[in-house]
Amino acid sequence: MTALLEVDGLTGGYDGVPVLHGVDLTVRAGTICAVLGANGAGKTTLLRTLSGLLRPSAGRIVFDGADVRGLAVQRLVRRGLVQVPEGRGVIAELTVEENLRLGGLWRHDRRALRSAMAEVYELFEPLAVRRRNLGHQLSGGEAQMLALGRALVARPRLLLLDEPSLGLAPRVVAQIMGLLRRLRDDGLTVLLVEQNVRSALSVADDGVVMSLGRVVARAEAGVLARDAGLRHAYLGF
Amino acid sequence: MDRLLFLTVDGLSRGAVYAAFALALVLIWRGTRIVNFAQGVMAVVTAYVAYSVAGVTGSYWVGFAAGLLGGLVLGAVVERVVMRRVEQAPPLNAVIVALGLVLVGQGVLGMIYGNQYLPFPAPFSRTAMTVAGVPLLSRYDVFVFGTVLTLMLVLAVLFTRTATGLRMRAAAFAPQVARLLGVNVGGLLTLGWTLAALVGALAGMLTIPTGLGLHPTAMDLVFVSAFTAAVVGGLDSPVGAVVGGLVVGLVLSYVGGYLGSGTTPLAVLVLLVAVLLVRPSGLFSGTQARRV
Repeated sequence: MTALLEVDGLTGGYDGVPVLHGVDLTVRAGTICAVLGANGAGKTTLLRTLSGLLRPSAGRIVFDGADVRGLAVQRLVRRGLVQVPEGRGVIAELTVEENLRLGGLWRHDRRALRSAMAEVYELFEPLAVRRRNLGHQLSGGEAQMLALGRALVARPRLLLLDEPSLGLAPRVVAQIMGLLRRLRDDGLTVLLVEQNVRSALSVADDGVVMSLGRVVARAEAGVLARDAGLRHAYLGF
Repeated sequence: MDRLLFLTVDGLSRGAVYAAFALALVLIWRGTRIVNFAQGVMAVVTAYVAYSVAGVTGSYWVGFAAGLLGGLVLGAVVERVVMRRVEQAPPLNAVIVALGLVLVGQGVLGMIYGNQYLPFPAPFSRTAMTVAGVPLLSRYDVFVFGTVLTLMLVLAVLFTRTATGLRMRAAAFAPQVARLLGVNVGGLLTLGWTLAALVGALAGMLTIPTGLGLHPTAMDLVFVSAFTAAVVGGLDSPVGAVVGGLVVGLVLSYVGGYLGSGTTPLAVLVLLVAVLLVRPSGLFSGTQARRV
């Protein structure tokens, strides 16, 4: 299967403090790739660098055959590389509807935006009920739905997800993971950063394990889940 | 009673201009968390542009249009060239840079035009028309009310009904999230300054004919009043800025009318201090906790 995203020797971090040290990563089109690792392993920094929020100091980021390193965030969004921010990033002062609209405004096509939003409301029925509510009035699960839905309105090709399970009840986490599986089956590619290793590996096709800014293992998700030594050393269970 | 009525109308007319000027401050504060202390001098610069163009063409309205255009350009230039460099810096840097702009602007204007009051005419009669035997509204007051009301409606529609307005609100509330959604946050900051400078230019051209005339410091007291209005309303709230503007206009009109016009600058400062002591976040600021 062809790679949608290829990362070679990616090095970077914050203001001259390197966090990533030569990360290599391949995400195959139409799959879910889980990025696992302890706190401080560099998972979030990796996502922020891929989405263009941080500038890498070295390495290559090839998205759909083109080198996209150093492109501005909004250009990457236009190419279909969309990050759901950590902590969901629901804008508290805007309504659910306005948050959703924001996801697809860049396309300047009202009809496409309307149909994308209708699909999201169909996918997440609680959001349709809360259309006119402000972002800060949502429960944790609803906020996560909104964050995901808003990214989907942008019609991404590669979705970068940062800890979607954070602070959610197990039942809700299972729903979100089930949804990711469905989206994947419809052709979406997902790079999933998770602390919740079990649920991440339950939906992922591939997994990479990061430690201290390096990739220390990559394999199929099933293989990683069965590797007791790796689990003990890096994942803590 | 007649006098009270007259002072009320006069206060609302002044207040309308303060409201517009306060709105410009709020526009920039919401986008950048900077209080634009240079807004007064920026408005004066555009008024001088209007004065010069009106002098050359002989038409008030061509000058008026040139002033508005000058405001647009000046806002964009100030943001791109100067303020962008201090937007990420500690807040005091922006304050000092803005005050620097005031000194430079007033100095340069003084060098070009001289430090005397130049006549800046009103396009309509400022003599109050009599309604039921009471001198009340002048044609110019009507022009001021109409212009400010139109401006506010346009801004309200822009911010609540258009895609650009939605982007601007998103960029102001959550810049990083907005960027991840494909919003060009930097471009919108420039647009915000441009709009604010346009509003400021309009307010300047509306208020200068009611004062002593055109002078490099002509907007100083108006700025203080508008700043007070914005603080009264809560710097984050456009509605608060409008209400605050009207309140300040009324207070100044009553104080000037009953206690003598020499006391009005003092009254503004007393009001400012009182609001900061009693309700520092302003009357209209939503103090909800933010979860982002």
